[in-house]
Amino acid sequence: MPAATPDAKPLLQVKNLRVEFNTRRGTLVAIDDVSFDIAPGEVLGVVGESGAGKSITGTAIIGLLEPPGRIAGGEILLEGMRIDNLPAEEMRKIRGRRIGAIFQDPLTSLNPLYTIGHQLTETIQTHLAMSMAQARARAIELLAEVGIPAPERRIDHYPHQFSGGMRQRVVIALALCANPQLIIADEPTTALDVSIQAQIITLLKRLCRDNGTAVMLVTHDMGVIAETADRVAVMYAGRIAEIGPVQEVIHNPQHPYTAGLMASIPALGHEVERLSQIEGSMPRLNAIPTGCAFNPRCPRVFGRCTVERPSLLPAGKSLAACWLHAEGSVPLDLNKDWSEGAVHA
Amino acid sequence: MIAFVLRRLLQGVIVMLVVGLIAFSLFNFVGDPVSLMLPPEATQADRDAMRQALGLDKPFYVQFVTFIGNAVQGNFGISLRLGRPVSTLLVERLPATLELAFTAAMIGLLVGIPVGVYTALKRDSWVSRALLTTSLVGVSLPNFLIGIFLILIFAVWLGWLPSFGRGDTVKIGLWSTGFLTKSGLKSLILPAITLGFFPVTLIMRLVRAEMLEVLRTDYIKFARARGLSDRAVNFGHALKNTLVPVITITGLQLGGIIAFAIITETVFQWPGMGLLFVQAVQFADIPVMAAYLCLIGLIFVVINLVVDMLYYLVDPRLRAERGGSGGH
Ligand SMILES: Nc1ncnc2c1ncn2[C@@H]1O[C@H](COP(=O)(O)OP(=O)(O)OP(=O)(O)O)[C@@H](O)[C@H]1O
Ligand code: SF4
Ligand SMILES: [Mg+2]
Repeated sequence: MPAATPDAKPLLQVKNLRVEFNTRRGTLVAIDDVSFDIAPGEVLGVVGESGAGKSITGTAIIGLLEPPGRIAGGEILLEGMRIDNLPAEEMRKIRGRRIGAIFQDPLTSLNPLYTIGHQLTETIQTHLAMSMAQARARAIELLAEVGIPAPERRIDHYPHQFSGGMRQRVVIALALCANPQLIIADEPTTALDVSIQAQIITLLKRLCRDNGTAVMLVTHDMGVIAETADRVAVMYAGRIAEIGPVQEVIHNPQHPYTAGLMASIPALGHEVERLSQIEGSMPRLNAIPTGCAFNPRCPRVFGRCTVERPSLLPAGKSLAACWLHAEGSVPLDLNKDWSEGAVHA
Repeated sequence: MIAFVLRRLLQGVIVMLVVGLIAFSLFNFVGDPVSLMLPPEATQADRDAMRQALGLDKPFYVQFVTFIGNAVQGNFGISLRLGRPVSTLLVERLPATLELAFTAAMIGLLVGIPVGVYTALKRDSWVSRALLTTSLVGVSLPNFLIGIFLILIFAVWLGWLPSFGRGDTVKIGLWSTGFLTKSGLKSLILPAITLGFFPVTLIMRLVRAEMLEVLRTDYIKFARARGLSDRAVNFGHALKNTLVPVITITGLQLGGIIAFAIITETVFQWPGMGLLFVQAVQFADIPVMAAYLCLIGLIFVVINLVVDMLYYLVDPRLRAERGGSGGH
């Protein structure tokens, strides 16, 4: 179970984060009032449909939003210190050193013109006071740790000389170079062959556990979440719909959207006779309905939902942004909604 | 690698044969050299004798093979206008053109790359916008106009720099250089800027476009996520990837610069091969024209070959594919 105790001081705190894109057709709010914590050593899974804002959240945390995207509100704190408004140079020193990142596509994450050894030693020497020889020794050690055979020889090879899975191991080594406290892994295996996805996740999980590194793991794969994460955040239309302990969210979802999401996954669906899909699709950023963003698709929608936006409310062992929990009492079995052919409003 | 070089060499030879054929056909299509060389009152017997002496009575292919054979040895005959061996003339004029072209190319690189990088990194600053607009003007302005403006401003109005000629030169072996004298350097400035204008705008726009492209790639984003300094990301990672295509274009431009030096040399009365060629055209001095064509062709082929090999050295992916070394 979680390496983190509930009362541990959070490593990362995201408070009321708001990210906007100023476009020609007006301001799009991609992330709206998102708050969550990550404890030291904890693995937080982040799930949600394409376009829900998972990557933008991760990018905002490492301070790499590109214009026209910008943080328009809220705070991001690392060990209690605000990092969202740091001068560029200060933030750069945190990236790679205290917060590492792994992106989706290993085939394109490495510079094709440099050997992996060059890219490793360059990163090591940026953050740690090491001589070239020491950095190289550390690089070889890291390559061995991520399971690259014959690292003394492979270190001088170029990225194109590695397979996709091997390249993602190199990317993991690069992210872990300076022993960061947090890794943001944005769909680290999506681009890989199914047969090696599990290996890479296992590797990432093991290394982070051994080093006490916390992980924000963005993925579409609920199986990976179930095996790896301590807690899960479910995102919908730039907001958090539900966040809670992994087993709770999977087996006892407290938000109708989460329930629908779980029911659509065969291996995890609880007491499902047939797979159900949530009807309709996530609203576009310029057409998010007032009140609860999920209300056009929600089987439980009622009056308040279309007028007032729900914030995260205590719901069992989780938090859910749903008015069904307004009175905070009724234990819900939302799984039913999606299991019996589902009567939709 | 060796197979690659051999293949490119073979292609080069074929290109040179085609260029040779075109140069050779000049003799047959542009005027009759015999009537040009002999006084109008010459008799038919004089003409036939001349024709025989020049080998013009032989069949086409024999003439062509003789032409190529001589050309390979650097023998292009005698200039009709100056009455001296063409090869001697070209060797005399070559340094002036190469020094001018080299300086223009250097201006192209030394100004074009930094400005291109700047306009890519500071995309939205007004300086970048101003530079881009200027470059657009530069591309559309004809070369000779730029030269004339420069002469007007710096030679006529301000009187700072000479408006024509090459100044004093120093002989080093066969090579006469203008790099070593003050008047030589001063004379070089205006023509080199004129000739360098187009390469500057071209390289700058190319670097900018490539750089913007590269800055969007995943490996740049990942390099930033690793906390590398802006300098390391922009110059170590982005610029190096940008330079791969820039090398090719600049290299190919160099051939173009030498070829287009004709106009600049004419405007500035620069005593190079281009000027020699223009004067040869006015006089229908076929041997000089043919030799000039072959030489320019050769320069293009050699540059292409060098560029390909540089490309090959910079990009490890090509090494693996073509050389078949080290791939796993
Ligand atoms: N440059 C941009 N301009 C305008 N909108 C943008 C821009 N970049 C992202 N967005 C919007 O931000 C929203 C969140 O995008 P994000 O990439 O975070 O989604 P995601 O949850 O990671 O999806 P996926 O699962 O497809 O990776 C999307 O609706 C997207 O349209
Ligand atoms: S707030 Fe209303 S519309 Fe939104 S999820 Fe809850 S019940 Fe459904
Ligand atoms: Mg994403």
